[in-house]
Amino acid sequence: MSRLFRSNEVLVAATIVLLSLVIGLNNPTFFSVGNLFDLLRSSVVMGIFAMGVLIVIVSGGIDVSFTAIAVFALYSTTLILKQSLPDASIGVGFAIAAGIGLGLGLINAFFIAQFRLPTLIVSLGTLSMFHGFLLFAIGNQIIRDVPAAMEAFARSALIQVPLTRGVANLHPAILITLGTIVLVWLLLNYTMLGRGVYALGGAREAAERAGFNVPRIQYFIYGFVGLLSGVAGMTFGSLARQANPQDIVGMELNVIAAVVLGGAQLTGGRGSVLGSVLGVILVVIASNSLVLIGVPTVWQRVVIGLIILIGTGLPALQARRVRQQGYHRVEA
Amino acid sequence: MGQSTKRPVWSLAGDSQPLRLLAITLLIFVGFSLVLGDKFFSIRNLQSMAVQFPEFGILAFAIMITMLTGGIDLSIVGTANLSAIAAALLLTRLSGEGGAGVALELSIPLAMVAALAVASACGLLNGLLVARAGITPILATLGTSSLYTGLSYVITGGPAITTTQLAFIGNGAVAGVPIPVIVFVVLAVVFAVLLNRTAFGFNVYMLGTNLRAALFSGIDDVKVLMRAYWLAGVIAGIAGIIFLARVNSAKPEYGSSFILLTVLIAILGGIRYTGGFGTVAGLVLSVLTIQFLSTGLNMLMLELSGSSAAIFFRQFAWGGLLLAVMVVNDYVERRRQRAI
Amino acid sequence: MAKPIVRLAGIHKSFAGVRALQDVSVTLEEGTVHCLVGENGCGKSTLIKIIAGVYPRDSGTVEIGGTLYERLHPIDSIREGIQVIYQDFSLFPNLTVSENIALNEQLAAGRKFVNWAHVRRVAQDAISQLEVHLPLDARVDEMSVANKQLIAIAKALRQNARLIIMDEPTSALTEREIRTLFTVIGKLQRRGIAFLFVSHKLNEVLEISQSILVMRNGQVVSAGQVSEYDTARLIYEMTGQRIAENAYEFTPDPGQPALLRVRGLAVPGVLQDVSFALQAHEIVGVTGLLGSGRTELALALFGMLPMTAGDIEIDGKPAQIRSVQDAIAHGIGYVPEDRLTEGLFLEQSIGRNVVVRTIETLRGRLGLTDPLQVQRQIRDWVTSLRIKTADPDLPVKTLSGGNQQRVVVAKWLASRPHLMILNGPTVGVDIGSKNELHELIKRLARAGMGLLVISDDIPELLQTCNRILLMRNGTIVEEILPRQTNENALAAKLIED
Repeated sequence: MSRLFRSNEVLVAATIVLLSLVIGLNNPTFFSVGNLFDLLRSSVVMGIFAMGVLIVIVSGGIDVSFTAIAVFALYSTTLILKQSLPDASIGVGFAIAAGIGLGLGLINAFFIAQFRLPTLIVSLGTLSMFHGFLLFAIGNQIIRDVPAAMEAFARSALIQVPLTRGVANLHPAILITLGTIVLVWLLLNYTMLGRGVYALGGAREAAERAGFNVPRIQYFIYGFVGLLSGVAGMTFGSLARQANPQDIVGMELNVIAAVVLGGAQLTGGRGSVLGSVLGVILVVIASNSLVLIGVPTVWQRVVIGLIILIGTGLPALQARRVRQQGYHRVEA
Repeated sequence: MGQSTKRPVWSLAGDSQPLRLLAITLLIFVGFSLVLGDKFFSIRNLQSMAVQFPEFGILAFAIMITMLTGGIDLSIVGTANLSAIAAALLLTRLSGEGGAGVALELSIPLAMVAALAVASACGLLNGLLVARAGITPILATLGTSSLYTGLSYVITGGPAITTTQLAFIGNGAVAGVPIPVIVFVVLAVVFAVLLNRTAFGFNVYMLGTNLRAALFSGIDDVKVLMRAYWLAGVIAGIAGIIFLARVNSAKPEYGSSFILLTVLIAILGGIRYTGGFGTVAGLVLSVLTIQFLSTGLNMLMLELSGSSAAIFFRQFAWGGLLLAVMVVNDYVERRRQRAI
Repeated sequence: MAKPIVRLAGIHKSFAGVRALQDVSVTLEEGTVHCLVGENGCGKSTLIKIIAGVYPRDSGTVEIGGTLYERLHPIDSIREGIQVIYQDFSLFPNLTVSENIALNEQLAAGRKFVNWAHVRRVAQDAISQLEVHLPLDARVDEMSVANKQLIAIAKALRQNARLIIMDEPTSALTEREIRTLFTVIGKLQRRGIAFLFVSHKLNEVLEISQSILVMRNGQVVSAGQVSEYDTARLIYEMTGQRIAENAYEFTPDPGQPALLRVRGLAVPGVLQDVSFALQAHEIVGVTGLLGSGRTELALALFGMLPMTAGDIEIDGKPAQIRSVQDAIAHGIGYVPEDRLTEGLFLEQSIGRNVVVRTIETLRGRLGLTDPLQVQRQIRDWVTSLRIKTADPDLPVKTLSGGNQQRVVVAKWLASRPHLMILNGPTVGVDIGSKNELHELIKRLARAGMGLLVISDDIPELLQTCNRILLMRNGTIVEEILPRQTNENALAAKLIED
């Protein structure tokens, strides 16, 4: 069990509890069912994204193009459903979006695995490429009258709790997120592929020596992240009941903040599903609920920035101290 | 290990790069002139291009200096906007309608000083995080980028701050040369001197090549990195003033595509992303190339498709170009390594 | 008669015309501990890489497990049960001990899923074969070097190792850890596993091994049963006949003030109570085994390792050395141990590497760097240190080892230090350049500089130093005068524990 509870996760969990108490004691609506459902709803898309970003960061890379993949998949899928498959179920929609995401993700993988190019710059490039292609070749107008299946999915509810005013709905999309979390947890912890991701991030050369096929692992990573992004995009559109080609892009920082806060390190090899989930919860509370204690929403980005800096600064300072004390250990 | 290679000067890729780039720049310019005729090759268009490129061209120097150290500064656009907002705020409060009525001769210099002060602070914070705290530059500046943009939102509350009092810089010209171009040229000269004729510039190259050897050679890594990130901040501040002067307003989300564009310019200009190599000449040529491409592609797409979506084609093209340049560089580098 | 696992005959290997191995024939038998000894650059690592299939041979035959290999690939070598434990151990720092042990085996078995209970069982089994205790669930980066090594051995065992090759396995271990390692090796050896040790510590070599191979200049110069050898013979075989150099004679004058005086210097865990003095014109050798604190002493004097106790005097005045900049301000220069990563900017030009220390001072009008002065300084140093290059604008990585080292020395000389610390000044340098570097060191001392030469090259110490300080366990244990000792006596002292 100790594998699950490393100190970082405990720290983030404690922060969540503390923050919740501070907000809740100042404004009891925080603990209302309605607010909790809202928070969960806000975590749905970010939770899926976070699982993808986690895998990339554990492998020692960084991906900023996943938002473009998501909006690309969402918009194209919506168009396809509207124009060719008006009667298709939402499942078909998700399958198409996942397929598109997978394809785009493999483009990332191609540049990263084939040419060993730096992941940040590659994904900066594909971010612009994918989004630009969407806007210029596929469409740049918001689609408001989404296909019936999306409309119906948007209105569905998993749990309904009657409130004094109206009802609080828990959207079934939360199941997609939970499913993704469980899947990625199993993948990272119980498959050789997942262990390969950790091995690659921990010591690339040793991974090669051990017999891991590193390019193949990278194809998997970026392809899978693309697939998840497609699903996340579709989920986003279903919740929003529209496909806006300018949506989602720009969210990448929040997701990266959540994952880094959850203990994943950009140097690779470190990071856990539990940590990332906690990171997402903290970021969602911080960006959605600070307003409940009178912090204006304009502070959101400042808070995200500080979260990244604190989340990376503390481990970096710690590492630096260890390095200084142990300099002699670096002996040739 | 240690066998000497008596092969004579294999074409120094680092040095031949500007020449190769010059050829590409000219080729693109001539190409568009031939295809688009006097729509492209005209005084009017040249003038219009001249007022466009300094914005991102100046920012590219900020990416360059940090990339030479082996890092990157993803917060430059955030810094530029925050600085522009500081300047705009001061201008409107001091000399705007219903302001304190301070004379423009005083308020304009004050506004510029304020913008540069804010930019310095932003750059120094980046420097502290990278050099002192030891945070990976990507994450440190991603974090501060959010922080600076966030502060812009906090200050403005969201909408743009409008002021036309700097328009004379944005639209003005000295002897027919637009002022932003003059700023760009001056910066290029200052950078060339800084990188080639000062110990700081020398140390930037060395540190970017091998941090460990730099430490063992007595180069003060903290000092060099602090200065590099501070400088990147100040340059972003100058770019911010140009933003404000050109569009007469300052807002938190202006120029969000400039990060990609400046990274593209740096890579195309032969700045090595792992640090240590790259020239001002390469960067300047790269800026011009991108401007020619930008205008040319825009005209071409408008002519071909006639739709407003043509502007998005550039976004696609920049991403594709960045990847293409990296793949080509990678190929050239691998061949060169084999040649040694 | 034990069954041979590896049989090499008449192996030749050259790199770009430089002969690394010449007519090497070696037989390694099961259940035997073989030791490979020889000085730096004698061809030991090339030989290992040929056995591991990393390098192809130029000529000769390779027979492993009774099979003759036309072209031996790393995977063939692993399949035949040959496991090389490199100095970095090839472990994953971010994974647990048990996973590190079991991972390769799981991967080789083509498993798709991880059964953690199985992983633990496998790891537990491997560890219990070694009869040691290791925390299975701890992360490897929390383990000591000795434990990492045991993990690497356990991992090798799980891959059906028949021959385990270890490079300097005891260099970073404490005495107790070495005992544990030897016990483990003894157990495995009785089960028929062979070992090939590469080591400098001759008394350990004599203790653990049954069979000895001595290499010199790419050849096996001596091989046989351990009973045929003693320390003296090993040293003789390793060093052979040397080019005679004139020793450096200088007697410090007690009346003169010391250039450097160190009293009670301490760095927690690595150095304790180090005291010595150095006068101008002196070349003082510092020797000791890896881990004795010799490099740490240099790093502490150069401001890279913060000292917690002791004081330093330079030219009779107390000096605070808290950073490299402080050290440089006091006129100290340091030629580091690892030329390639610490000494040089490999991809930058020779010229830039020469002026990196002095660029600040080469200024002309407006305080800007003066290209003419820079060029002149580069030319002067390239000429005076006889750096062989067609063009100082070429990257420094195009130079040979000896010339590269001259560039590092030039970099420091250009800034006119009073005291130079040279760590392993001639490692990986050919014999001709070596002598020239030694002459240079002596010339500098005659001109008034004080030099501290850190080395485990015994002839080098005897021929260049006027005094030698012997370090052990982080402190100076003895001062030796070269004229009162000889190679064998000094070698014996060096490896004494």
